[in-house]
Amino acid sequence: MTSKATASTDVKLSCRNVWKIYGDAPAQFFDAGNGVVDAPQTLAETISSSDHIVANADVSFDVHVGEIFVIMGLSGSGKSTIVRCISRLVEPTAGEILLDGEDVLKKSDAELIDIRRHKMGMVFQSFGLMPHLNVIENIAFPLKLQGIGERERYAQAERVIELVGLQGRESNFPNELSGGQQQRVGIARSLAVEPEVWLLDEPFSALDPLIRKKMQDEFLRIQSVLHKSIVFITHDFQEALRVADRMAIMRDGAIVQVGRPVDLILNPVDDYVREFTRDVPWESVLCAADVAEAADGPVSGLGRVAADTPIDSLLGYLGDHADGVAVEAADGSVIGVARAANVVKALATGSDADPADVRR
Amino acid sequence: MGGGFDRGVFHWFAIVLITLGLIMAQPHVDWLTAYPKDMIVPFADWLNAIMDWLVTHVGWLFMGVSWLLEWPIKGVRVVLQALPWSVTAFLFCLVAYIASGWRLALFTLASCLYMVIIGYWPESMNTLSLVAISVPMALLFGFGLGVWAFYSRRAERAIMPMLDILQTVPAFAYLLLILMLFGFGTVVGLIASVLYSFPPMVRNTIVGLRRVPAEVIESGLMSGATGQQLFWQVRVPSSKRQLLLGINQATMASLSMVIIASIIGGTADIGWEVLSQIRKAQFGESLLAGLVIALMAMVIDRVTSGLATQSGDYENRKGAQSQGWRRLVIAVGGAVAFYALAKLIPVLEIWPRDMEFSPARSMNESLTYLIVNFRKEIEAIKTLAFFFVMLPTKIGLQGSVSPFTWGFELQTWHSLVYAGGMTLIGALCAYRFNAYVAIFVLLFAIFFYFGLTKMPWPALLLIYSFAAWRIGGLRLGLGTFLGLGFIVVTGIWPEAMLSVYLCSIAVIISFILGAGLGIWAAGNATVSAILRPINDTLQTMPLFVILIPFVMIFKIGEFTALLAIIAYAIVPAIRYTEHGLRNLSEGVIEAAEMMGCTKRQMLWSVKIPLALPVMMLGLNQTIMYGIAMLVIAALVGTNGLEQVVYIGLSDGNFGVGLIAGMALAIIAMIADRMTQAWSRNRQSDLDISVT
Repeated sequence: MTSKATASTDVKLSCRNVWKIYGDAPAQFFDAGNGVVDAPQTLAETISSSDHIVANADVSFDVHVGEIFVIMGLSGSGKSTIVRCISRLVEPTAGEILLDGEDVLKKSDAELIDIRRHKMGMVFQSFGLMPHLNVIENIAFPLKLQGIGERERYAQAERVIELVGLQGRESNFPNELSGGQQQRVGIARSLAVEPEVWLLDEPFSALDPLIRKKMQDEFLRIQSVLHKSIVFITHDFQEALRVADRMAIMRDGAIVQVGRPVDLILNPVDDYVREFTRDVPWESVLCAADVAEAADGPVSGLGRVAADTPIDSLLGYLGDHADGVAVEAADGSVIGVARAANVVKALATGSDADPADVRR
Repeated sequence: MGGGFDRGVFHWFAIVLITLGLIMAQPHVDWLTAYPKDMIVPFADWLNAIMDWLVTHVGWLFMGVSWLLEWPIKGVRVVLQALPWSVTAFLFCLVAYIASGWRLALFTLASCLYMVIIGYWPESMNTLSLVAISVPMALLFGFGLGVWAFYSRRAERAIMPMLDILQTVPAFAYLLLILMLFGFGTVVGLIASVLYSFPPMVRNTIVGLRRVPAEVIESGLMSGATGQQLFWQVRVPSSKRQLLLGINQATMASLSMVIIASIIGGTADIGWEVLSQIRKAQFGESLLAGLVIALMAMVIDRVTSGLATQSGDYENRKGAQSQGWRRLVIAVGGAVAFYALAKLIPVLEIWPRDMEFSPARSMNESLTYLIVNFRKEIEAIKTLAFFFVMLPTKIGLQGSVSPFTWGFELQTWHSLVYAGGMTLIGALCAYRFNAYVAIFVLLFAIFFYFGLTKMPWPALLLIYSFAAWRIGGLRLGLGTFLGLGFIVVTGIWPEAMLSVYLCSIAVIISFILGAGLGIWAAGNATVSAILRPINDTLQTMPLFVILIPFVMIFKIGEFTALLAIIAYAIVPAIRYTEHGLRNLSEGVIEAAEMMGCTKRQMLWSVKIPLALPVMMLGLNQTIMYGIAMLVIAALVGTNGLEQVVYIGLSDGNFGVGLIAGMALAIIAMIADRMTQAWSRNRQSDLDISVT
């Protein structure tokens, strides 16, 4: 997979053993507030069987500075809850949310408002625009709440309007805009305060497929300029592949697997993850480095390709050259050799090949 | 409740048998017919005692409040009376123009001119000044309570039943309470009107705040809103339209209550004018004055609902601020100009008496002509309805069939044929539909033969409670039993049955006619277009006014009351039926069409069954409207609870009036809960939801 951004490994935001339990007395299941328990799975089952609902179970992950971290899961898997726990729209039952090393859950109401005003921005699935405000008023709304004067907040709003390409729409009201345009307003509003952490809760799910693809491109373009630390929620695996630097797959409130998209595809931890990867167009996800194996002979006579070359662009070449192609790293050293057989094997991982179909 | 034979059918069958048994026992056991007098619990006396105590001991407090409230009313009154009519009319037209445009402005102008020329301008302004004071109070109070109920479930649980009671207990019942506490005067109208008009504001506030989408709230929070900011800058503006609808409903309620409250007199307003003209049998005058009320109601309704609709199209609001200033300048400038003009041209200040034009006399004459010449026809209509519908329902075929009414004596074989025929129809229904329909037919046959008011009260108590239990569950069943039990032990059961009898006939006729018209309108755009303004007018018309034409022709009596109730209660039946039929899921209709449904099959086998839950809500509203009108119809001489309430008011017997009023409210609430539960059951059976 092509790496989208050179994300640093500094941790910006981190979820530590976060639990969210709905019910009459959710606190009873935890001794300590930090959510660390010996057997999370067993505890989750106990909670479910005592008339409580487990929305998030022992969720832990790190989001690095400048990285797009995608959380993927089907509806009801707890992905929307976890992003709301991060922003404290939902109060977690146990666990820690560390933003720049400080626990958000321990902040007072006033501090929380301050964090939301300056450090976090959020985009919602059905946009969450104020129906009574026009485009520029909507975008400037967070600034207005901070008490910034009209001239200054409109100037700032105008900058983000340009960023999302809504020039000329400033005085329209939400009900006059298409879905795609409304979400541009939502995006612009969340960026108006120049947040460091950007939370996007299924931002494009309510849009038509074509618009969705366009908005994904726009989103990546904006990120290439701004380098925010992003948590991006989606139920669409293809979308996750397109935007993710790293991703987590959730089921029943818990994280099943975390890693780069290609790790998930090549090494799914279980059938649940494998099920998602089944329909993936592998040849466009895998790159040369993923299929290369250590060279067992001289590579001097072979053609050379960069490690991040997508396989689909190599298929023709490999068909003509049985010896394969040498794959080289960014510094020019050879990682290994990719042959047609390696590609076939890698692609086969994703298909349900039935050996019984083969007659001898 | 599906078809087939289940245990419920046997229970019902047992109840039919018990009923018949009780009827047989009736001649031998006195207390089955009339609840024994010496066992009546004297609630009314207790209430009167409490009231006396209140008046003697804390009366000064209420009087003080009353004295305080007099001032703002007087103030507005003085201003409205002192301003030349042309200035006021100009301002009204301007508001109408802002709310909805030229057409409404013209309509407002025409209405104002009518009031002026007909000579009712001062009276109208008196009514308006009361409304002008009561509406802001009701809005403030209603909004506050609504917000409280929105944030606190416990508060909501306390407030909601209170609203139910305030909206169902007839105004006549608590007018006296207010009169006794606050003393004679305009304040009574003010307080009654505030009490009656704040509930819709509470309801709309709660609904509006609740309907703000969760994501709008969340995005407000994520924008860093504090609690205050979230409320005033996110929740309130997002629910603006619903809040304005609340204002519309509260204003209409306030106007109608101000009119009703004028019954106690001393207000010199337009409601009093109508009433005293009716009492003097001056129908022309009363109709002309009634029209003033109707016009006033229509203008106020269109203006407030226009503002509510407008709040949705934000496009029209561009550059609102500069527009607002411009409007203010026009308002002030225009008012000053008209004021100056009025000083120059006296006609614009006060319309001279000798220029008033009233067609009342000629109207009276033509009415007399009509009544004299069509006496036979009018009498015939009245007699037919009375002998063949009203009397049998009231005292049964048993009591009403005589040579004088039906032209023959009721013989034993007549009764046997009736019993046999009805049993046969019942059996047919059981075969064709289901056993519940059959039981319904049997019960109806029994009622109609013996008469609703002649039925033994334990039997009716049993039937109603059991029906409530089956339809709405144990709690409703128990509630019904206790509620009706209250009516029994307070000794007003006979009057209650008279109310139920009149209201049932009216509701049944309204619903059948209304549903028919609704079905017609759903299939025919022209009919729909003709009915809509008629419905609008009937619905905004203060109840009083609807009485006038019927009293003019049919004189005082139950038949007039019946017609007036039908005229008012038919509106929701039409509306809900048409709405239900027009808003069905298109998928189902298309599927049925593709199966080759004929038009008739489509209507009866597809559309009506699917629209039934909505139509049931229509029935619910028909009953509520019926009861509301029944109370007012007491003015034209009925005999039920509503009359007891009215007499309580005029005799100053607070306890009796309030007990009867509570009994009416109980009946209304039982009917309301039963029809709602029935509609809900059907909705969950059909897996649809109606709002």
